[in-house]
Amino acid sequence: MAKVMKTLVMYGDTFHADRLVPITSDYGHTVISFGIGAMQPVYELYDELLKAGAVSTQQFSADPRPLDKNVPSNPLQDLVFKIMYKEQERYEKQLRQFGIINDEAYTCTNYLPEVGNTPKKGDILSWAESSAVVFANSVLGARCNRNSGIIELMGSIAGLVPEFGFLTDDGRKADYIVEIKTRRKPEAQLLGSAIGMHVMEKVPYVVGLDQWIGDELNDDAIAYLKDFGAATASNGSVGLYHIENLTPEAKESGRSLLREDAKVYVVDDAELERVKESYPVIWKNKDAKPKLCFMGCPHMTLKQLKDWTVRIEALLKTSGRKRVAIPTVFTASPGVMKEFAKTEYAKRLKETGVIVSYICPLMYMNNPLCKIMPVITSSNKLRTYTSARYYTEDEIALKITGLA
Amino acid sequence: MTKTFQGRVIVPGTAKAEALVSHGGFNTLASYQMALMFGDKEVKCGDQNNPDLYHKSMFRKALCLPETIGSTTGGMVLYSACALDKQPACMLFSKTIDSLAASGAILAANWTEANMPVVDELGQEFLDYVKDGMMITIAEDGLVTVEG
Repeated sequence: MAKVMKTLVMYGDTFHADRLVPITSDYGHTVISFGIGAMQPVYELYDELLKAGAVSTQQFSADPRPLDKNVPSNPLQDLVFKIMYKEQERYEKQLRQFGIINDEAYTCTNYLPEVGNTPKKGDILSWAESSAVVFANSVLGARCNRNSGIIELMGSIAGLVPEFGFLTDDGRKADYIVEIKTRRKPEAQLLGSAIGMHVMEKVPYVVGLDQWIGDELNDDAIAYLKDFGAATASNGSVGLYHIENLTPEAKESGRSLLREDAKVYVVDDAELERVKESYPVIWKNKDAKPKLCFMGCPHMTLKQLKDWTVRIEALLKTSGRKRVAIPTVFTASPGVMKEFAKTEYAKRLKETGVIVSYICPLMYMNNPLCKIMPVITSSNKLRTYTSARYYTEDEIALKITGLA
Repeated sequence: MTKTFQGRVIVPGTAKAEALVSHGGFNTLASYQMALMFGDKEVKCGDQNNPDLYHKSMFRKALCLPETIGSTTGGMVLYSACALDKQPACMLFSKTIDSLAASGAILAANWTEANMPVVDELGQEFLDYVKDGMMITIAEDGLVTVEG
């Protein structure tokens, strides 16, 4: 325990934290959800902690599981999966010992109501998972630094986190004003990518986006901000953003959140096009026919699953097809999947051939035999970390329904 | 020609190694995941979005960078690289170190035997000056000497 405290203190000292403060959220969240052979040192460290009786003071959720037999894979890929994730069972046992909420608490969208790990405004968190941290800070108004895996669990073990960065009022001020001057609603994942790449770790205050996504945090806005935030966090390292007239702190404090020397970044259609064109395509054959499509990194919301069901049905009608032209996997949390299964949409989506899974697509793509497959996605996070090729949602919709 | 830069010590230590320079943010997960997963002895950078480093060996290099970016597994990945003895010789940040890199470096310092000095706040001039292959020496007090 002393070594855990020493680690947290050193972490805080690096950022001039004056003190450690108690975690106030009900639950934690860990980014590490995979038992992968290469990360053996992590599991050894966790064994050491467990042996010393250092378990979490709060229950927690974890990122998505790396494997799901419902996701298409061939026997060779399965063999590699088995070797790669040989520590999965051992690791899940460790998580149970540390205090994971339950067997369904594996998702990157732990903050959605169907999962139930939704912090309150002002709560102090010890979370990791870049997309969840940026959502909690920005959309929920909770306070969490961009902690790394391991450190977040050590915070939960101690029940304390060092007070610096996004835990302070000053750390939540905006360094950039981002002006949205597009002629149509910007693609969430593309806009997030552009802003992330430009501002990197700084805090952007985005103006002009409310004209496209409204001034109310409804299901559509939440889905948009989930995807937008994940792209800012993975294509850059944004941990907090403010959307004028929409996110809680921007609604409360407006432009007083801007630092005096805030820089300006203008995003128009040409800028988004420039960013999209800058993405490298690392497929061996750039004209290859896609063999798989992943949607849902981060995991989709219930509303997204329903909307996509309707969208695919309509486009399949146009194309004269009954089922999708490319094997397609939509990923969502076990909690969202359970709720979706209760709706009429679940059967309809199944009839289009789309598979719904709780898997982490990134973990799937880490398999070298999957990496060489031409996989398409609308996720800028998945594009960043794997060989998956990015297309906008409109492009994806046409491709998977055989219209492009 | 020799030039010195004074930084802030995050993890103390000394090192002498060839520079490997990333002018953009260093994505720890994207850079290391394939190399660690498949035991690449050269620890080649796997980040397709980093034209400075992609496919270059990072093993025992003096990694010069502005900051790290990307997934919050970053610190865990860096910790694992150190525990598996695949770490760079040192990490030299032009900016203030970010929370993910700091986590990884501090975890490695406290929970592994690896020697990986880390210095930050070396300034943009450092990153503008240093080039791949230049010889870097770090002193205990965070003084970085660049030769070449």
